[in-house]
Amino acid sequence: MGLQAYLTLAALVFGIGLFGVVTRRNTIGILLGIELMLNAVNINLVSFARFSGSDVGMIFTVFAICITVAEAAMGLAIVILIFRIRRTVMADHLDLLKG
Amino acid sequence: MAEPVAFWLLSAVLVGSALAVVLSKNLFHSVLWLALALTGTAGVFLLLEAEFLAAVQLLLYAGGVVTIVVFAIVVTERLVGERLSHTNRSITAGVVISLALIGLIVNAIAQRPLAMTRQPMTGDLTRTLGEGILTRFVLPFELLGLLMLAAMLGAVYFARPEE
Repeated sequence: MGLQAYLTLAALVFGIGLFGVVTRRNTIGILLGIELMLNAVNINLVSFARFSGSDVGMIFTVFAICITVAEAAMGLAIVILIFRIRRTVMADHLDLLKG
Repeated sequence: MAEPVAFWLLSAVLVGSALAVVLSKNLFHSVLWLALALTGTAGVFLLLEAEFLAAVQLLLYAGGVVTIVVFAIVVTERLVGERLSHTNRSITAGVVISLALIGLIVNAIAQRPLAMTRQPMTGDLTRTLGEGILTRFVLPFELLGLLMLAAMLGAVYFARPEE
């Protein structure tokens, strides 16, 4: 399989994740969509690294995975905090900044 | 050649479970599908001969992230009392945006002459990664440690009991 196939697969997963981020009502559902998108980016990085013969892309992937985990932990901590204050995690009800 | 077969199987699993993540009506099922999608990604890494990354992916994502998400669901849904259902809104807009983006990317990919064959593997990948992280990329590595510390402190601060 060529590089093209892997990039297309990653693009599909990224698009599906974007769909989740745009349409989900639940904040946790939105975070799941973001995880999918970040995952697609990792596939891209690894396949580019593998097909170009340079290992720097793989090192970058290690960093990307770690940063994603930190992002997930903080995102969910914020979700739980919002839940404590507003008693809801539905994105439509979170309109504190609405003028 | 077994690679195309494995690739198509993994693609089907990955795309199918990704769709299930964003379409499932039950939040908990979404998380389980996400675990499958992340495991499928580890399979893609294996296919690309990045065994170390596949292991990291399984440990951190399928192990760590899924566990935290399940915790968050348990914490936020138990008190709400409503079912674990979660629905989608403005589906048309979402489909349009996603398809437009996928179309753009696939179009861009199709127009470029991309490599069809891989470079041969030279040496032990895990060893190369470890040496790279601790020599050329040692500063980003230390910064990553700082980021992890900040994330941990932040999570503990947010999760502290209410006074």
